[in-house]
Amino acid sequence: MTEEKKNWELLRMNREKRPKVQNWTSYWDLPYGPVSLPVKGSAGRTGDWRTFRPVVDNEKCIKCYFCYMYCPEGTISVNDETGFVEIDYNYCKGCGVCATNCPKECIDMEKENK
Amino acid sequence: MVKPKFMEGPLKGNFASAYAAMDADVDVITAYPITPQTTVVEKLSELVGEEEFTERQHVEYVRMESEHSVGAGLVGASYAGARTFTATAGQGLLYMTEMVHWMTGARLPPVVAIQTRGITGPGWNIWADYGDILSLRDSGIMIQFIASHQEIYDSILQGFNITEHPDVFLPLFPAYGGFVLSHTAKPVKRIPWEEAQKFVRPKTPEWPHVWVDGERPIMSNALIMPQNFYTEFRIKIHEAQMNAIPVIKDTMAEFEKTFGRGYGNGLVVPYKCDDAEVLLLGYGGNALQAEDAVDKAREQGYKAGALRLRTYRPFPKEDLLHYIKKIPYVAVMERALAFGSPTGGAVSTDIMAICQRDPKARNAHIVPFIGGLGGRDVFLDEQIDQIKILYELKEKGEVPDRKYKMWDTFWTGLITGDKKVEVENQEYFGDI
Ligand code: SF4
Ligand code: SF4
Repeated sequence: MTEEKKNWELLRMNREKRPKVQNWTSYWDLPYGPVSLPVKGSAGRTGDWRTFRPVVDNEKCIKCYFCYMYCPEGTISVNDETGFVEIDYNYCKGCGVCATNCPKECIDMEKENK
Repeated sequence: MVKPKFMEGPLKGNFASAYAAMDADVDVITAYPITPQTTVVEKLSELVGEEEFTERQHVEYVRMESEHSVGAGLVGASYAGARTFTATAGQGLLYMTEMVHWMTGARLPPVVAIQTRGITGPGWNIWADYGDILSLRDSGIMIQFIASHQEIYDSILQGFNITEHPDVFLPLFPAYGGFVLSHTAKPVKRIPWEEAQKFVRPKTPEWPHVWVDGERPIMSNALIMPQNFYTEFRIKIHEAQMNAIPVIKDTMAEFEKTFGRGYGNGLVVPYKCDDAEVLLLGYGGNALQAEDAVDKAREQGYKAGALRLRTYRPFPKEDLLHYIKKIPYVAVMERALAFGSPTGGAVSTDIMAICQRDPKARNAHIVPFIGGLGGRDVFLDEQIDQIKILYELKEKGEVPDRKYKMWDTFWTGLITGDKKVEVENQEYFGDI
């Protein structure tokens, strides 16, 4: 390996310092294998695909975070202050995995009526 | 410090594998048994709990439900930066195949010991035959043919220095004959822990190209479109193979300097080649026996030499040509059959190809021999006969005929009906 840091080696740094776009120009510039960065929204606003919208009833929620763990899209986050879960509707596809796994059945899948 | 139960003495080939993996300080072993590999993972399951090892290292021994999962386990653990090892053979290796391609595609560095065994085609077979490992010839793995018990230990210990080298990052599969080496015992010397650790490549917490870290998530080896560098990444695997040639040589040189024993330059092992007129080229245990054949033939006045191909992938083109140019009468002896290939042998086909590309080797005579399939013995007399065939060729200018020559390849040991074949009722399975 050469002394100078190759473009792809910047990937090793923490998430914030990563280059926004990886510019591979040629064979000689490439890393060992294809590595892609999970950047928010890299596949577009997947929330547009949604037919059913998960809505959490915070009254019943016991903050077990099953939904957070199970969401295949990583669109559920935990609010540091309240401890309640929040869903990013820009990217939630409405798959319903969270609702199925919620032990308190407090996530409702409501039909989008727009 | 607890005194090791074994340091030197007679040891089965498979146990040598197990000790070597422990002495190379592996982190993760995934295991599923298959004849004739079973005693490797059995021994390892013992060793991971033995006091000698538990007081200084922690090895995660994971029992899997199949070889495919064993491969997947290696891939997963390797991603996380672990030093990984397993062993398999024959059908097990075939079942692992898909994951082997993943190891090379993701550029991961496990070492996988192979106790070669006949592929189950015409009936079940569990005995030495390199057809299993050679079926992965084009998968990008590095392949070494091992010929002795001590060499098994030494090769696995050297293995991670090669696979984890930043210019390489490819898995290494050292292969040795099932039962011939796996279940027989010969003197083996272990290298004491401290000395071994000085030789073995220091561990890194993560590889430069892949890692598992929630703070720095990556997605590795996802879909690549035809226009997006798939070609380039495939070529990179080839480049890594080419890079491995000097790495294997350097590793062997360093090993020899440190421990006082070695195996040629790591790629090929010559025997009495300096004044030889004809050359027996082979691999594995048969090639070691060829050295005896050379000695015997020399007593009868035939000036033969032997060359053992130790590393098959990457292919040591320069080293082979060096000897072939000096000794242009070459018998290539193989213990595997590549159906439908130009000669029936993968290695002899490769050797013809390299000769063709070098003007000084273009006129060399490459004579393919195939034998010993499915564990059938290749006898010393048969190898001496190969030398005599080369001499006939040298004197008359053309390859002589034999009843067992078909399609320009000699099928050593072919049952031609001339000799009465003894049918034995007693079957020998060893301690499988
Ligand atoms: S509906 Fe699916 S994508 Fe949306 S938050 Fe629930 S699990 Fe995640
Ligand atoms: S799974 Fe249900 S109860 Fe648990 S945190 Fe999510 S919404 Fe609340």
